[in-house]
Amino acid sequence: MRPSPARLLNILVPVKRAVDYAVKIRVNAQQTGVDLNVKHSMNPFDEIAVEEAVRIRERLSKEGSEPVTITALTIGPAKSVETLRTALAMGADSAIHVEIPESAPAPEPLGVAKTIRAIVEKQKEKEAVDMVILGKQAIDDDLGQTGQMLAGLLGWGQATYASKVELDLEKKNAVVTREIDGGSEQVRVKFPMIVTTDLRLNEPRYASLPNIMKAKKKPVMKMSPADLNVSLEPQIETLKVTEPPKRVGGAKVESVDELVEKLKAAGFTAV
Amino acid sequence: RPLLSRNYASASSPHALIFLEHRQGVIDSGSLSALTAASQLGGQVTGLVVGSSEHVPTVVDKVKKLKGLTSLLHSTSDLYSQQLPETLAPLLQKLLSGSEYTHVVSTPTSLAKSLLPRVAAILDVPAVSEITSLEHDSSSNSTTFTRPIYAGNAISTVRLPSSVPIKFFTVRATNFDPAPSEESQEIDVKAVDPVDVQDCPTEHISTQLAKSDRPDLSVAGRVVSGGRPLKNAETFAATLNPLADILGAAVGASRAAVDAGYADNSLQVGQTGKVVAPELYMAIGISGAIQHLAGMKDSKMIVAVNKDPDAPIFQVADVGLVADLYEAVPQIIEKLKQ
Ligand SMILES: Cc1cc2nc3c(=O)[nH]c(=O)nc-3n(C[C@H](O)[C@H](O)[C@H](O)COP(=O)(O)OP(=O)(O)OC[C@H]3O[C@@H](n4cnc5c(N)ncnc54)[C@H](O)[C@@H]3O)c2cc1C
Repeated sequence: MRPSPARLLNILVPVKRAVDYAVKIRVNAQQTGVDLNVKHSMNPFDEIAVEEAVRIRERLSKEGSEPVTITALTIGPAKSVETLRTALAMGADSAIHVEIPESAPAPEPLGVAKTIRAIVEKQKEKEAVDMVILGKQAIDDDLGQTGQMLAGLLGWGQATYASKVELDLEKKNAVVTREIDGGSEQVRVKFPMIVTTDLRLNEPRYASLPNIMKAKKKPVMKMSPADLNVSLEPQIETLKVTEPPKRVGGAKVESVDELVEKLKAAGFTAV
Repeated sequence: RPLLSRNYASASSPHALIFLEHRQGVIDSGSLSALTAASQLGGQVTGLVVGSSEHVPTVVDKVKKLKGLTSLLHSTSDLYSQQLPETLAPLLQKLLSGSEYTHVVSTPTSLAKSLLPRVAAILDVPAVSEITSLEHDSSSNSTTFTRPIYAGNAISTVRLPSSVPIKFFTVRATNFDPAPSEESQEIDVKAVDPVDVQDCPTEHISTQLAKSDRPDLSVAGRVVSGGRPLKNAETFAATLNPLADILGAAVGASRAAVDAGYADNSLQVGQTGKVVAPELYMAIGISGAIQHLAGMKDSKMIVAVNKDPDAPIFQVADVGLVADLYEAVPQIIEKLKQ
């Protein structure tokens, strides 16, 4: 029998609780943000990140190189634990909840990246993290920075906008196909590394009822930013949040003739 | 224009470094809009062009004429022939550490979005993505931006205060006119040494670019986009290309069409794809989900063809036709020809 790799593969997956993607959001009356009394769920890109971690384990266990450990992590108020339970039900082994008060402002990518770095550094004492898989962006702030910032802070290689991840455990690297402007590219990144997910990386599974039940028993470790010696104080000041200008659409035409007339009247003729 | 104007920079006058993007020597159109935004800060703007010796000279020749640039830096190395954040970050870090630069600006290409946050974090500063307007206040050394959040369903006004010494941001090209060229312009052009990277964790293997003779989606004046009912890649092309051809339009797609493989992923319009604001946007068989609207609702004129009268796309369309696209599109083409 071939000796299995000396060490486990440790994957850390940060996930964010966000307003559900199907909710039509509303700016609040004070113009300080949006009404958050709506359905929340895991940021869709993070679901893809959890799914990828689970698939990596499934692929490797077929090759006999088990086990892979998957730790989900979130930074957020008490309710964010729901998001961790979802990750656990999808297949994460354990979770870390860095809890902040309900009233605290939303952490910024740099603060989040520093928090994740602190956890990566803590993990080093027992099982060093080989790979952090994050979503390419959160659909609420749409900033798209956390993975890259974390890679910068740790000095690790990064593969953003991944649509395919192939591991080579022996060589301790991964070949990642990335979606770039105008096409795609392949890069080989050494462990430890950062991956950020694009939508086409995979199709996340639904957690089954038995797995949801099992997830309730999986360990969730609570920490505070202070335990990790990080500050989540925002550096970007939000002055106000407003409604975008409304479009007055809704005008229908009865026929193709009318449609083409409107096009021509607006100057859109054949070239 | 004074050659050594950078000597006059003071704490209160901004000095932006703009990362000018090119692909194999062709300047990215978004960089021209980012330059316009950088000029609006009201101070000096130094361009930075990085790449291989094969491409940098051509880019530098073109770029040094751009209106709004006050000086230009370029760095050439084999190391930069494939532009990786891991190899470019050390160069930017060196240029920025202890420098007089107050802002770092770029267009949000896949490279810049991968690179700028990495560098910002190394320098321990936040970054602001995809701004749509900006205003710099020299007296307080703060810059205020607007940017869409929640897929463009809210606009956030944010300020980077003086406590953020270097202010990183990317610019939505659709909100700023591209900077023109000025033949007469003479600016200081300087080469900077590349920064060697020992033991780079990342290695580029290969690139595949989708070839197209059509106008580039992000800058096209007219866009024809298709969605899920286009069935497959052949039907997508056979149905939409003739319409795009006759209008001289670029082709776009919804995520459903891209996911199903009807269209290349770089054609996806939306929150997580490209943001476009052409004169004319035709949505053919696209329902108008929040995430799609995020990428096209600033278009001047929106035309929708959809067989469902209740499709959300009709709420933003200036001209909506309830019809089967397979009947309507060939007729539209015929009538446009007349
Ligand atoms: C995190 C996240 C990010 C996303 N990012 C994006 C993004 O960037 N861009 C994007 O587009 N989507 C994005 N989506 C997906 C988005 O939510 C929608 O699922 C997608 O836009 C639907 O594409 P569609 O309109 O082509 O398909 P559908 O919603 O299936 O709509 C097809 C439409 O075609 C009409 N139709 C069917 N047959 C005909 C016919 N013969 N003639 C005329 N009309 C017909 C139907 O009435 C329907 O309105 C994202 C989703 C998530 C969760």
